[in-house]
Amino acid sequence: MVQAKLAKEKEFVQVRSATVRFAGDSGDGMQLAGSQFADIASMTGTVVRTLTDFPSEIRAPAGSLGGVSGFQLSFGDEEVRTPGDEPYVLIAMNPAALKMNLAELQPGGIVIVNEDEFTPGNLAKAAYSSNPLETGDLSSFRVIPVSMTRLNEEAVRPMNLSRKDAARCKNFFALGMTLWLYDRPLQPMLEWLMDKFRKNKAIMAANGASLRAGYNFADTAELFRVQHTVATARLPKGRYRRVTGNEAAALGLIAAANRAGRALVYASYPITPASEILHELSKHKEYDVRTLQTEDEIAACVAAMGASFAGAIGATGTSGPGLSLKAEGLGLAVMTELPMVCINVQRAGPSTGMPTKTEQADLLMAVYGRHGECPMPVLAAATPADCFQMTFEAVRLAVKYMTPVMLLSDSFLSSSAEPWRVLAPEELPDLRIAELPAGEDFAPYRRDPKTLSRPWVVPGTPKREHRIGGLEKLDGAGTVSYDAANHQRMVNLRAEKIAGISRDIPPAEVTGAKEGDLLVIGWGSTYGAIAAAVDELLHAGRRVAHLHLRYLNPFPANLGEILSKYERILVPENNMGHLCSLLRDRFLVNALPLPKVDGRTFRIREIQEHVETLLGGLFR
Amino acid sequence: MSAYESECCTADQPDATISLLTKKDFQSAQEVKWCPGCGDFGILSQVQNVLPKLGIPREKIVFVSGIGCSSRFPYYLNTYGIHGIHGRAPAIAMGVKCANPELSVWVVTGDGDSLSIGTNHLIHCLRRNLDLTILLLNNQIYGLTKGQYSPTSEFGKKTKSSPLGTIEQPIHPIPLALAAEGTFVARTVFADQAHLGKTIEAAARHKGTSFVEIRQNCVVFNDNVLGTFTDADTRGDHWIYLEQGRPIRFGKDGRKGLAMRGTQPEIVAVGEGGVREENLIVHDARGASNSQAYLLAGLAPPEFPTALGIFRQVEKPTYDDLLMDQIDDAIAKNGRGELAKLLNAGTTWLVE
Repeated sequence: MVQAKLAKEKEFVQVRSATVRFAGDSGDGMQLAGSQFADIASMTGTVVRTLTDFPSEIRAPAGSLGGVSGFQLSFGDEEVRTPGDEPYVLIAMNPAALKMNLAELQPGGIVIVNEDEFTPGNLAKAAYSSNPLETGDLSSFRVIPVSMTRLNEEAVRPMNLSRKDAARCKNFFALGMTLWLYDRPLQPMLEWLMDKFRKNKAIMAANGASLRAGYNFADTAELFRVQHTVATARLPKGRYRRVTGNEAAALGLIAAANRAGRALVYASYPITPASEILHELSKHKEYDVRTLQTEDEIAACVAAMGASFAGAIGATGTSGPGLSLKAEGLGLAVMTELPMVCINVQRAGPSTGMPTKTEQADLLMAVYGRHGECPMPVLAAATPADCFQMTFEAVRLAVKYMTPVMLLSDSFLSSSAEPWRVLAPEELPDLRIAELPAGEDFAPYRRDPKTLSRPWVVPGTPKREHRIGGLEKLDGAGTVSYDAANHQRMVNLRAEKIAGISRDIPPAEVTGAKEGDLLVIGWGSTYGAIAAAVDELLHAGRRVAHLHLRYLNPFPANLGEILSKYERILVPENNMGHLCSLLRDRFLVNALPLPKVDGRTFRIREIQEHVETLLGGLFR
Repeated sequence: MSAYESECCTADQPDATISLLTKKDFQSAQEVKWCPGCGDFGILSQVQNVLPKLGIPREKIVFVSGIGCSSRFPYYLNTYGIHGIHGRAPAIAMGVKCANPELSVWVVTGDGDSLSIGTNHLIHCLRRNLDLTILLLNNQIYGLTKGQYSPTSEFGKKTKSSPLGTIEQPIHPIPLALAAEGTFVARTVFADQAHLGKTIEAAARHKGTSFVEIRQNCVVFNDNVLGTFTDADTRGDHWIYLEQGRPIRFGKDGRKGLAMRGTQPEIVAVGEGGVREENLIVHDARGASNSQAYLLAGLAPPEFPTALGIFRQVEKPTYDDLLMDQIDDAIAKNGRGELAKLLNAGTTWLVE
C-alpha cells in the first residue's frame, strides 16, 4: 500500500497559486465544500477562480462513474486567471471520483481519498478490477488515504443525528482537512454554518464538529509533510463578492433596468445552463423584476419584445437549440427596432448535444443566423464577473440604438465564479433616455441623426398612437411600404445604425507586444487561458500579444489597424473557427484557427505550446 | 339581466373627454386592403363601434396580431399596435400586458395563426387568464397564402393543397378554449352585426382572457362556408342563440328546443308530445363546471345546429394581477429594492 511519508516536523511551502479539485458522488456535497473553500480563500486575500463539473443525470446511481460531481478552484496572486490546468490536490470521496479525475492531476500531486468507500462494491461500480490504493497504480502521486466516513461518524456522534444526516457531514471533514493543508482559518466557515443552519442547531453543530475534526486530524495525524501558504493578490481596493456568470448576468439586468428607471421583464423557458438566470431574477421581485416562465422559447423571445414595446426592459435567455427557436422573434425585433436583450449561454451542440458542457459554437449564428438582412449587435463576456458589465452594456446599447442585442456567455462562465468588485450604483451609467419634446411632430421611424435610432414611444403616450410590425416600413413615417428604393434604403439604414455602434464602444486593446510575430485573439470565456498563456510567452521573451474581443458585432473601430501590426494571427476558440472566419471575412487577414470542441475550456498549456510550435516553425 | 352585461370592466374610470370619442377616432389613415366583400370589414367596423363605449383612452389600447388576413387588423385602428409574427400574438401580448397591466390589450388572430402555428400560445394564454381579449377570425381556410385548407377546414375539403380532399379532422376552437379553462369563451358570426358587436363588447368588459371565435367567410377562397346562416329562410334551424339563464330554443318562432336524453342532447319540438319549456336545457355560462359549455360547443351539423353566444363566463384571478401582487407583496415585505443592497448581498469581503 502506498503510504504518505510522515513528516518529522511541520513546515511551510510558499506557492504563488494552488489548484484543488473536490470530487465525489453528486450527493456528497462537493459543490458546497468547494464553494465554501473558495469563499474562504477569497476572504483571505487571494484571487479565486472556480470550475464546476456536474453530471448531466439528476441522480445517477450512487458510486457510479456517471454520478461524479466535481468542483475545481485555483487561488493565489493576481496571475491566477483560470481555474487551473491541472489540480495539485484531488479530494476523491469514492473510487469513481478517483477514476474520473486522476488523469488530470499533476504528477507528484496529492490525492486525499476516503478509503472507507473503497469497498469491493464501489470498486466494481467504478470499473476497478483491483483496489488502486493497493496496486501501486498511484505511485506517481502522494496518496493520503483517510478513513473519512468513520472519522466523521465519530465526530458527529454527540449530536445523535440519523445515519443519513450524519453521513452528509463528511464533506465538511474533507473541507476541514483542505483548509488545514492551505493554512486557512476555520472561523469564517464556522460563522457561515451558524448563519446557514441557525434553524437547525444539531446540523450546525454536526457540520462544525466534522469540520474541526478534519482540520485537527490533518494537523495531528501529520498526514502531510508540509502546509502550503499561497501568495495573496494585489487587487483594487473595495468590497468584493464571488459571482458566477449567471448570477452576474442577472444582477447586470436588474442594475440596468434600475438605471434605466424601468421595470425588467425577463421571459424565459427553462434550459440548461441558462435557467439559473431565471431562478436568480425570480428571487428579486421587490426590484420590480417581472419573470415570465413562458410556454416555449419563441414565446419568451417575443414576450420580451412585447414588453419592450410597452416600455419595460425586455430580456430573454437561452442556450443551444433555444437560440434556433428565437431567430424569428429576433428578426421581428430588428424590424420593429425595439430594444431587447437575448442572453445566450452557449453549450455543446448541435441539437441537444452535451447540455452541461461548454462550447462557443453559436458565434456565427449570433452574427448571421436570421433570415434577411438582419444585423444586430453581438457582445461576449470574457469572465464570470464580466457577465455583469456586458449585460449592463447590452441593455445600454439596446435602448440607445433601439435594437435587440445578443450577449454570448457559455456553460463554463455560467457556473464558474470569480471575485467581483461590487460597484456602487452611481458608478454605473445612467440609462434613462430623454423623452421626445411634447408637441413635436411625431413619426415612429424618424431617426436620431447621430445614432440613427428611432424614438421609443410607448403605449400610454397620448397623441402618438402608432402601429409597427414585421412588414417593411416607409423610411420616417413607419407605415407599411413595399417600395423598392425604400427597402434598399431601410436595409442600409438598419445596417449603418448597427455599424455605427463601433464609435460608441471602447477601442480594442492589446496586452503584450504592440507589434510583433503573433497576435492571439480570443473572445468570451477563453480569456483567462489566453491571457495566462500569453503572459508566459512574454516572460519567455516572445514578441506576442493578446487581444480579447468583447464586441463581436460591430468590431471595435481600431481592430483592422491592430491586426496589420502582427506577422501572424492565432484565434483559439471553443468551436471550429468562427471568429477566425469573421476576421478573414472582414479584414482579409490570414488568421489561423486553434479549434477545441471537446466540451472543455482551453488549458493554458495547450495555447502556450501551440504558439511555441507556430513560432518555432516560423523562425527556428 | 342580459348575458352581455357584466359587473367588471377593464376600463379606467371613464371621463368626459373619453366618452366623447367616436368610431371615427379609432379609424387609422391606412388604406384597408382586404378583398371587397370580406367579412373582416364588418368585424373591424364593430370593433370600432365598441371601442368608444369602453371609456378607455385611445393611447391605452394596444392591438396585437400575428400573420394572416385578419392580422392586418392593427394597421386599421388608430391605437397602439403590433403586427407580429405568425402565431405568436398571444405571447407578444403577454409581454405587453405584463410590462404595463394598465393597458387594454387585444389579440386579433385567425384559424391558421392561432389553431395551427400558434396553438400552443393560445392555450397557454387562456390557462393563465391574462387580462386580454382575443378575437379569432375563423374562415376555415388559408386566405393570405391563397387557398390552402386550414386546421378548421371540414374533413374532405378540396383546396389547392388538397385536390382530392383533406384527410384530417378539423380542430374546434370553442372546446379547445374550454379545455384550457378559458374564463370567457364565446362564438359569434360576422353576418349578424348586432350579435357580433355585443359579443365583442361583452368580451372587452370581461376581466381575464376573453376568447371570441368569429365565424366568417373568405370571399375568394371559402365564400359559401356560412351558407346556412346567410339563408334567411332556414338559418333559424341551423343556429342557436345562447342567452344566460334562458331555456335553449331555436327554429322558427322558437318552436324547437334542446333537451337532455340521458347524457346526450336531443332536439325536441316545444309544445308537442308533452314537451314543455321546463324540459329544456337552461343555458348557464357561469356554473361551477364547464361541462354544459362543452356539450353546447360540441353541437354541430348535420345532426345539430351550431350555437352562438357566450358559452362560458366566470371570474378567476388574472395572471397580470397575480404577477403584480407578488411584486407588491415583496415590496411590502422587503421594502422597495435598493440597488446598492442587492449588489452587496451575500458573502462579501473588503480589500484595503
